[in-house]
Amino acid sequence: MLKAKSQTPVTDSMLALVLFFIFAALCVGGAINLLVQKHPINSALSLIVVMGSLALIYLLLGAEFVAAVQVIVYAGAVMVLFVFVIMLLNAGEEERLPHGSRVATILGVPALIIGLGIAAAVVTHLTGLDRIGIGGPTVMNGANVFGNPQAVGHLLFRDYLLPFEVTSVLILVAIMGAVVLARRED
Amino acid sequence: MVPLSYYLVLSAILFACGIAGFLIKRNIITIFLSIELMLNGVNLTFVAFAAQLKSLDGHIFVFFVMVVAAAEAAVGLAIIIAVFRTRETLNVDRVNLLKL
Repeated sequence: MLKAKSQTPVTDSMLALVLFFIFAALCVGGAINLLVQKHPINSALSLIVVMGSLALIYLLLGAEFVAAVQVIVYAGAVMVLFVFVIMLLNAGEEERLPHGSRVATILGVPALIIGLGIAAAVVTHLTGLDRIGIGGPTVMNGANVFGNPQAVGHLLFRDYLLPFEVTSVLILVAIMGAVVLARRED
Repeated sequence: MVPLSYYLVLSAILFACGIAGFLIKRNIITIFLSIELMLNGVNLTFVAFAAQLKSLDGHIFVFFVMVVAAAEAAVGLAIIIAVFRTRETLNVDRVNLLKL
């Protein structure tokens, strides 16, 4: 467990801001690259970039457990499954059938992205959320306790024990469904 | 410290990218990737509000979202494989009949 070293608050907050902007730029760049790329394998790899930089943003927010699970489950297991299926089906570049408007795509997509971003900024400004500074590990008794696996495990296996057990049923059903659906019918 | 609104704007942008990909992409696997992108945007909102409210419940919800996303990916990719076996294509415009 890390001992918290208290630096001057100004350097700390500046560092957090700079790191946030670096990883946010990586995130948005990866997401836009996912839209631009024609080949599904390139889209999958740019989604891995998005997930990896999101994991680092989770660390900035003090969510250690979520960051670890994000890398292991999302960027690891789920994306391996995707890449495996893309390779298995030998998916090529996507073909465009001649219907549908290109103008709507070229104008509509940036409008959607920028519009939703501005809408979020306006709503958070009106509700006063943009004046609340968050992030960084929460320190208690010299140790980071917020969001580490111990704290999350306590909550998960006490307060949320029933939902946790129900997810095992969900996973079981998903496994059986995947096996039945992907089975070759002879 | 980074203002909470920055995280919310970032997650809104990621969610919008997911919606755009879902609408404009014609490859069924890329459409699936866009759904994962939307789920990631929502997860960021959960973690940001958990940090702001000093409550760990948001982290638990992220955990459950990840479980559902993993199950959805497994079943969805099995469906994609089944569709590809019968149709020999991944283009959703060519998959326009329910019958085989």
